[in-house]
Amino acid sequence: MIAALFFYLFAAVAVASAVMVISARNPVHSVLFLILCFFNAAGLFVLMGAEFLAMILVVVYVGAVAVLFLFVVMMLDVDFVELRQGMLNYLPVGATIGLIVLVELVLAAGSWVIDPKSVATHAAPTPTDITNTEALGRVLYTDFIFYFEAAGLVLLVAMIGAIVLTLRHKQGVKRQDISTQVARNPANAVEVIKVKSGQGI
Amino acid sequence: MEIGLSHYLTVAAILFTIGIFGIFLNRKNVIVILMSVELMLLAVNINLVAFSTALGDLVGQVFALLVLTVAAGEAAIGLAILVTYFRNRGSIAVEDINMMKG
Repeated sequence: MIAALFFYLFAAVAVASAVMVISARNPVHSVLFLILCFFNAAGLFVLMGAEFLAMILVVVYVGAVAVLFLFVVMMLDVDFVELRQGMLNYLPVGATIGLIVLVELVLAAGSWVIDPKSVATHAAPTPTDITNTEALGRVLYTDFIFYFEAAGLVLLVAMIGAIVLTLRHKQGVKRQDISTQVARNPANAVEVIKVKSGQGI
Repeated sequence: MEIGLSHYLTVAAILFTIGIFGIFLNRKNVIVILMSVELMLLAVNINLVAFSTALGDLVGQVFALLVLTVAAGEAAIGLAILVTYFRNRGSIAVEDINMMKG
């Protein structure tokens, strides 16, 4: 009973904040509603019994991706009012396509029947005596180690790509040149001048 | 009333539809389009985890983890491209992007 109550709470808030993400006037509000949506989706994950993924969702999305969005929205000096011009022109076609997709999804999910034979054969059956995190770790680091490493490679490429794309050397800014600093020695850096008394240089 | 697989699939379907709708609604604003894509990936993740727990198979959760990784990388690269584009053009309007073709 209480689980059903929490399911409807999380689901309603998630859907409502998702609607606000796409319709909010200010993009900063969009990002904040996206954070709310991810929090409630994490609640749904907890209800389903996937605690590790719920925590990862909070840490990765709320802690990294949403803050990245917030950072970019605040850093770019964009006139967002101008970008909203003609929004109503796209409303009918967007609503039509969204409705078609929703009807298709409902039809496909409604007529879905799970074959009992396929349920009987599990690739990695969920153990009941250990926690979700431990069970996931035992599967992820053994059977799916190559997928795990491929995910690490994807993150590495994303990191290098983001750095290469956004790194920029401004002209006319003094920077530390380490090789010239190291190459300095007393012979070319210090000049000894004998000054006779009573005379300037 | 027992909460089953179909309830979660319904929520995921609604979230996915909102994501698609958001892409069409905010045709000019790349940031909101990227957020809509994140919403769609979240709906996919909810589907994967719902099937994983309903069938008692952990592979769905492993797959959801990989989808999460790719979504994070996609957001980082997309926003980096957006920042570079804004530096070059001074706006983030989507319809101007085809002017960059070589």
